[in-house]
Amino acid sequence: MAEPTSVAAATALQTHHEVSQFLFQQSNLLDGKQWQAWIDLFADDGLYWMPPGPEYTTWDGVPSIFIEDRDLMSVRMKRVTHPNAWSQQAEWGTSHVVSNVIVEGTDPASGDLLVRSRFHLLEVRRDDVRHFAGTYQHRLRRVDGALKIVLQRVDMVNGQAAFEYVLQIWV
Amino acid sequence: MPSQPLLDVRSLVEPDRVHRRAYSDPEIFDLEIKHIFEKTWIYAGHETQVPNPGDYWQFQIGRQPMVMVRGNGDAVHVLYNRCPHRGVQVCGSRHGSGGDALTCPYHAWRFHYDGSLESVPLEKGYRETRFDRANPDFHMKRAARVQRYRGFVFASLDPKGPDLVEWLGDARMAFDDICDRSPVGRVEVVPNCFRVVQRSNWKFFMENQLDAVHPSVTHMSTGYAAADVERKLKRETGSQPLHYHYLSAFATSFDQWDQLETAGYPYGHTLLGGYMGLRPTDADTLEHERVLAAAYGEAKKDEILGRNIHHVLIYPSISVQSPLQQLRAIRPISHDRTMSEIWHFRLVGAPEAIYRRSLWYYNLVNSPSTMINADDLENWQRGQFGLNSDGGDWVSFHRDYGRDRDANGELHSTNGCSELPMRAQFRAWLKYLTETE
Repeated sequence: MAEPTSVAAATALQTHHEVSQFLFQQSNLLDGKQWQAWIDLFADDGLYWMPPGPEYTTWDGVPSIFIEDRDLMSVRMKRVTHPNAWSQQAEWGTSHVVSNVIVEGTDPASGDLLVRSRFHLLEVRRDDVRHFAGTYQHRLRRVDGALKIVLQRVDMVNGQAAFEYVLQIWV
Repeated sequence: MPSQPLLDVRSLVEPDRVHRRAYSDPEIFDLEIKHIFEKTWIYAGHETQVPNPGDYWQFQIGRQPMVMVRGNGDAVHVLYNRCPHRGVQVCGSRHGSGGDALTCPYHAWRFHYDGSLESVPLEKGYRETRFDRANPDFHMKRAARVQRYRGFVFASLDPKGPDLVEWLGDARMAFDDICDRSPVGRVEVVPNCFRVVQRSNWKFFMENQLDAVHPSVTHMSTGYAAADVERKLKRETGSQPLHYHYLSAFATSFDQWDQLETAGYPYGHTLLGGYMGLRPTDADTLEHERVLAAAYGEAKKDEILGRNIHHVLIYPSISVQSPLQQLRAIRPISHDRTMSEIWHFRLVGAPEAIYRRSLWYYNLVNSPSTMINADDLENWQRGQFGLNSDGGDWVSFHRDYGRDRDANGELHSTNGCSELPMRAQFRAWLKYLTETE
């Protein structure tokens, strides 16, 4: 097996591994319904954003499917864990697969890592199966040694089709 | 053809209760499509969806695939989205531009924006045949009637019947309210349409919008969750963003909801009055008030902002929430499936901050990640589940029955929680289904 031939290549490999593990862990937390731990992956000013279509370049002043800071994430978490969240009485679960992880570079201004990956989500709710798939774009910042999400952009390829029911939780 | 046994819809509707078959019987659904949706005025869209000549947007009227097309100048046409040659769908995207002429992708028959024939290839081949370019049989068929009220376009597939304004009656206040909040009296659509399918009859949607008992039950979880975070923000920052109130208000007590008003108009349009606490004294609202006062004068500004509207339903196709510039159109698919198309609007000339409020409501309450409709859709699906069963025949609309005030065909109640809107809608429903020429 080829050994990394330079310090730069070794660093790149290590970063790619760390970022991949971070993304896999994020999907594990979602599938495990560990909502607070999932929210804690976000930086204090972190945002989760799902635009209505690929042509959107900002959430500011335009519609979004999701645009949530940690406080709004907290509302969503408190809703789904409330005993009278009726739609949560139906048995449901998800399985995320994240792949095609590409570390695209580093933002020269902030030092944030820019990462692109693909996801496939299978959701079961009662007897119904839904599939969602698309691209994640993560902007990751190192805070006290750990990676934190500054921005997670989710472009779902089927986000423009009519939704059978809605999305109760983050994709 | 063998004659079908005549279904007596009259036996399904009593003044205070309705038989479950109104929701669960595909045969009733067929009658609704024929005698309500493909007959009365149905919302096509807003004229600003199609700003330039040739722009189109597809939609359904009952089971008919229609397309709204901007003509030259101010004209807006509504056509069956079908080529008269071989029946092929002409406009293929949900929305787009037809270019110089709407062109069939199969054999390149071309149509003017009003549906009339522009050209066919090899026209010489039609010499001495019954083909006649002036004959409407060779045009894209037009909806029988198209009318607009303040930019909102409606179409009817029936050449007869009341004009749009007469049909809207007092319920047209929904459009006056939304437009008058602009200093120039106009709104523009924000060109994004969220679409969500509910697994339930379309009437669940229409009834739910004006059902003031359900919010604090259905949406309790979101109401409490939002109130909790709202309090935290107030503690930490000294203020709470208005959009949290959009969610926490759903936990308002029954007593408060009951202080609102309801009304039922002819043709089934219905109103829930109530202001949702949307006239606060923050800087953004005061600026909006200043802009409106400059445009209309103080008295008219107070009249506009003093209107008491929570939701208006234009039966059977739309729900308008004018104070927040939201509009939802429903397109029934089958007796137990319904598509909703969700829009919001910008008040032309009003401060940007006022638009941001509509946007928050659109994102939090009406987008596919809604923390509100998630539980509505769940409850309606469970409603359909129960009404499909033989576990009981009747749906109860008894709350405050007998206390509706009937003034020249308009029903009024001073109880926000009255089931008046449902009774009024079924009164119209029965009329549509029994007055079938």
